[in-house]
Amino acid sequence: MAQRSVLKSCLTPRADIPKALYIWTGSLVWMVILGVWSLLTYGGFVAPIFLPAPGSVAQSAYDLAENGMLGRHIWASTQVVLIGFAISTILAVPIGLLMGSFRIVQAAIEPLVNFIRYLPVTSFIPLFILWIGIGIEQRIMVIFFGTFFQQLVMIANVSRSVSQDLLNASYTLGATRYDTVMHVLGPASLPGILDALRVTIGWAWTYLVIAELVAASSGLGYMSMKAMRGFQVEVIFLAIAIIGVLGLLTDQMFRLMRIRFAPWAP
Amino acid sequence: MNDSVPKLSIRDLRLEYPVKRGRPVVALDNVSLDVPDKKLAVIVGPSGCGKSSLLYLVAGLAERTRGTIEVNRTPVTGPGPDRGMVFQSYTLFPWLTVRENVEFGLKRRGLPAADRADIVNHYLNQIGLAEFHDSYATELSGGMKQRVAIARALANSPEILLMDEPFGALDSQTRMLMQKLLLKVWESEHKTLLFVTHDIDEAILLGDRVYVMSRRPGRIKEQIDIPIVRPRSLDMVMDPDFIEVKRRILHSLHVA
Repeated sequence: MAQRSVLKSCLTPRADIPKALYIWTGSLVWMVILGVWSLLTYGGFVAPIFLPAPGSVAQSAYDLAENGMLGRHIWASTQVVLIGFAISTILAVPIGLLMGSFRIVQAAIEPLVNFIRYLPVTSFIPLFILWIGIGIEQRIMVIFFGTFFQQLVMIANVSRSVSQDLLNASYTLGATRYDTVMHVLGPASLPGILDALRVTIGWAWTYLVIAELVAASSGLGYMSMKAMRGFQVEVIFLAIAIIGVLGLLTDQMFRLMRIRFAPWAP
Repeated sequence: MNDSVPKLSIRDLRLEYPVKRGRPVVALDNVSLDVPDKKLAVIVGPSGCGKSSLLYLVAGLAERTRGTIEVNRTPVTGPGPDRGMVFQSYTLFPWLTVRENVEFGLKRRGLPAADRADIVNHYLNQIGLAEFHDSYATELSGGMKQRVAIARALANSPEILLMDEPFGALDSQTRMLMQKLLLKVWESEHKTLLFVTHDIDEAILLGDRVYVMSRRPGRIKEQIDIPIVRPRSLDMVMDPDFIEVKRRILHSLHVA
């Protein structure tokens, strides 16, 4: 078979390209960004008060890591996201599956969920502060409120999209309705559920920062807020970068879980 | 054919389904048929004649408007393991291996692992896929998936096996191989079988009896007992008997 030229592969929709080229292209984009950033800052084109140099961000990371503050803030934020996300997931997976499979459950909660889903989470923050104060519970509540209703709708859709033929096949094999829910709907929904979790944990990080900007005494959002007051732009940059890395890590965690627990799914 | 004790008996079956505007559509009307024990009956008819709906009604996966369906003289009220089904679409559970798929019904019945293994091995040998027992459905070709679906239905030892155009999505050569395999398996297992197809050759090749259905509303136009001896082989499509039956069915369907 004649080999397609690399250039042609690059210009053909969906065609594979050499792996090395893929990695180099990805790295190049980062290097360009870093290069432009360095040029703007070290070249003196932008005042450090607006855009800190890469070196000063690294320096602030080193300083904050050394006095232990960075670790404390990262842990405070991670804790809130994980607890809020876990509570939300533990409730949303079973309820979402039921909502997608049983019309009566759908009738009972779908209109309500769709109403709440469109209320901006941020508008509830003052209310949550009034109700539960400014402790960690309040931030957990924001994460929960921001992710739970979205998860419900996504997971209900996943279970709705399981092929009726699979359910029918299981009935003709003697499965009871309970069997069918546990042994067909559940496993058939697993890859879609993991995809939904992967998407929603990204939102959880966003809501975390909002909650921490408003009311917190630790965490990466709080660290940014404090840095703004002291004009430490490099610390704000550091906080953003760390949230990005943490988000990437949780995202990869779900990607690996999908490969591990649903290797059969495309 | 001995009709005295039919395994499956359908009388005056009618199926209507509602449409958004206007009167309900009649999909099946006045359908009566019998499938004798250990015989292979085929329903042949044009697309949309309601032959698949008929099978879904027998399986208990849809509700009839009127009429009776009895298996072993017991009325059908819902789906059950006494009526196994092989579907037109691929319905293997993709998260299970071939072995676990075939085992699915046996597990629901709470059979001990050793018994399950014996049954699964027997049917995997029957369909010639013993060496694929650890593969996942996504790793199999279309024909292999349908072979596993047949094994899965048979392993459950149903009273009657229902097959809804199971080879409809396969290419013609795979299709012929599947017909050959089904003949071999059926001739050794002698399950009561109701097979639905739009392919006339397939109907004659497989069936002891062929029911010809009309276009909507689906009615039984003709019942033809196939005089061709068993064991059958694919080259029998050229036998004069075969051609004679085929001519009769074509006339019945108004295509000749």
